[in-house]
Amino acid sequence: MTRTSNETILKLTDLRVEALSGAVLVDNVSLELKRGEVVGLIGESGAGKSTIGLASMVYARAGCRITGGKVEVAGDDVRELDADGRRERRGQRIAYIAQSAAASFNPAHRLMDQVIEMPVSHGLMKVEEAKAWALELFRALDLPNPDTFGDRYPHQVSGGQLQRAMAAMAMSCRPDILVLDEPTTALDVTTQIEVLALLKKLIRDYNMAALYITHDLAVVAQVSDRIMVLRHGKMVELGETAQILQAPKMDYTRALVAERQAADKLAIISAANQAQPVLEANDVTGIYGTFTAVKRVSITVARGETVAVVGESGSGKSSLARVIVGLLPCRTGEVKLHGTALSPDLKGRSRDDLRKVQLIYQQPDVALNPRQTIGEIIGRPVEFYFNRSPAEVKARVAELLRLVGLPEDYAGRLSTALSGGQKQRICIARALAAEPDVIICDEPTSALDQLVAEEILKLLKSLQDNLGVGYLFITHDLGIVRRIAHRTAVMLKGEIIAQGPTAEIFSPPFHPYTERLLSSVPEMRTDWLDDVLAKRSLKSA
Amino acid sequence: MKLFGYKPPLTAWVGLAIIVLFVFVAIFADFIAPYGEAESVGQTWDDPSFANWLGTDNIGRDLLSRLIFGARMTIGVALVTTILSFFIGITTGFMAAVGGPVIDQILSRLVDVMLSIPLLIFALIILSVFGSSISTLVLTLAILDSTRVFRLARAVATNLAVMEYVEAARLRGEGLWWIMRREILPNALPPMISEFGLRFCFNFLFVASLSFLGLGIQPPFADWGGMVRDNGKAISFGLSAPLWPAIAIATMTVGVNLVVDWILSINSRPSGASAEM
Repeated sequence: MTRTSNETILKLTDLRVEALSGAVLVDNVSLELKRGEVVGLIGESGAGKSTIGLASMVYARAGCRITGGKVEVAGDDVRELDADGRRERRGQRIAYIAQSAAASFNPAHRLMDQVIEMPVSHGLMKVEEAKAWALELFRALDLPNPDTFGDRYPHQVSGGQLQRAMAAMAMSCRPDILVLDEPTTALDVTTQIEVLALLKKLIRDYNMAALYITHDLAVVAQVSDRIMVLRHGKMVELGETAQILQAPKMDYTRALVAERQAADKLAIISAANQAQPVLEANDVTGIYGTFTAVKRVSITVARGETVAVVGESGSGKSSLARVIVGLLPCRTGEVKLHGTALSPDLKGRSRDDLRKVQLIYQQPDVALNPRQTIGEIIGRPVEFYFNRSPAEVKARVAELLRLVGLPEDYAGRLSTALSGGQKQRICIARALAAEPDVIICDEPTSALDQLVAEEILKLLKSLQDNLGVGYLFITHDLGIVRRIAHRTAVMLKGEIIAQGPTAEIFSPPFHPYTERLLSSVPEMRTDWLDDVLAKRSLKSA
Repeated sequence: MKLFGYKPPLTAWVGLAIIVLFVFVAIFADFIAPYGEAESVGQTWDDPSFANWLGTDNIGRDLLSRLIFGARMTIGVALVTTILSFFIGITTGFMAAVGGPVIDQILSRLVDVMLSIPLLIFALIILSVFGSSISTLVLTLAILDSTRVFRLARAVATNLAVMEYVEAARLRGEGLWWIMRREILPNALPPMISEFGLRFCFNFLFVASLSFLGLGIQPPFADWGGMVRDNGKAISFGLSAPLWPAIAIATMTVGVNLVVDWILSINSRPSGASAEM
């Protein structure tokens, strides 16, 4: 990325975006992008990153308006142009790559048709020409069987391949500027690294400029020349990548960097009392139709212990949780609670058995009934399991809200009025209301912002210290595992391939898959990506 | 002006005005109507006059009074039918969605069978076999109509049943009834309410058509469909008598539809409006 020229191709001046309600989403942000340069936009959700990305194409989501400032693409103020002029800029000069490729492709059309649609409809290329260019892009993006790749439908390729196909689609008009909106966030770490490397190469090879939107500092460190830190729609700090990472000037940036660095460290947590496992899964198998999602897995959780289960998506982590709680009947082996075997099926379990194992979900949004108040949500398990009077339930709800760090008067509110982190606290309170022995946490922090996720982890930790509850912690984030898990199990294709104390799992000799997982976690240095790729190509050579 | 936090458009106000007027008339029919429901006050098909504003019907009863009492009967029967039909349809529909594949198969196939027979013919057969008292009429229509409600309730509940908060309730050990009533129903209400308006319109027309065919509400009770039938012959003499109940039927249907359109537009409206395109 040394080819930064002096030609400014995108210039945002005092950009201002407001919601129809009057809330200011982007507050006077200015940015200049030169050819060959990549600027990373970083911040938590609601910081206005995506809004700026879309606004640079002079587009605002439904319910928002661009109310001020200039958007200049190669010298022309696009806001002054009519609809035709804008449409011409979009796609041709500036293209957008969205977070979820799966939601951005039309499932009923072949990939090739969707990739060549834009240049053909803009009249830039003939169909044959566009196809030839698409094939070149497929090759450049290292897609398997590039000649026939375009004949497939979106559901026939993997998530990582689809994300690359979307990059090809964005490139189809040979734009000058790419807006990349969290292009790797939905991908597994091992896939993320490939997509990241290819996007980086693409931007370099075709000498474009890019806005890279992400919430992960370590990711943005790999691709961008400069980083802009945003919070609540305002710019916090803009600087060279190395400066932001090593010498952040603002407090907020320092907090973000410190949080990310903590994830890299290995906190040695001594193994807890192993003598009495509370929850035991022996040799359990879970089958969906003909697909075996969990193959003869054994795992135990003791009182006060955190056992992490890590693996990529589709490795059977969540299915294991479903087998343990009885949602997916176990076909072999048994699940034991305090040494007594539980019924493999949910219906055969007693109320007390159900009470002792609770589940916390990944998406707090859908785990809380939007039409029930917080008081009803948390109070129900208290009433249901312990038969308390309404006054006692009310008192217990207040106590639980205090325990998870929320004000008591939240009991009367609907969950829809809360933020993601607060919703997850409610989910934790609901689980605690049952006074369980073990809580199964299914990616409880992956839908949350870093700093919020950090607080949730701290809360879970302190609850464990005080109440002695055991956690089976399912995650794909190795940073979390290192910090909180006493023991770790690594899952691959439905089987546990390595299991033991966390410190042991994360130190050599590694299982080859564990090593691959570990080395794919982005680190907070700018040369990390090149390092890893160099090492891998050495190995494969 | 706002209603339930939303600003209804002019068409919705017109619809609301029609419904409020008709319902008011139906409730206070005894006080408003100038003559009794079955009181004979003149000759066959008298012209409109000061004594009988809309004239008289085929056996000399005051048409305006009949129209007013007819509102009570026609709207009342349609409303009770729709409420009953929703109760049956929602309960069975939710049960099919939450209760597991066996219950779902049994209920859904049963409904398929019922839907495969044309509604009007089905109703005609049952009413001719069991006779046409008001309670038979309401029950028959409600059961037949509930098959349509079942379809929608099942579809809505199937989408809700996979939500994690429903799973959380199942994991807690909650029973079927609690899940249906507390987890699913509150979230299913918005689409069900607009459907309620549409089904009401349909039932209202259906009651009117059955009465027109002579199998609906029986004399001496007044109802709009029956009034069209009784006075149908007058049309060949160029008299206005059958037009009034027909207009009442049409106005009520249009009124309810205007309000339903508005409710539907609230439910389907995206959070915001125009983007700067």
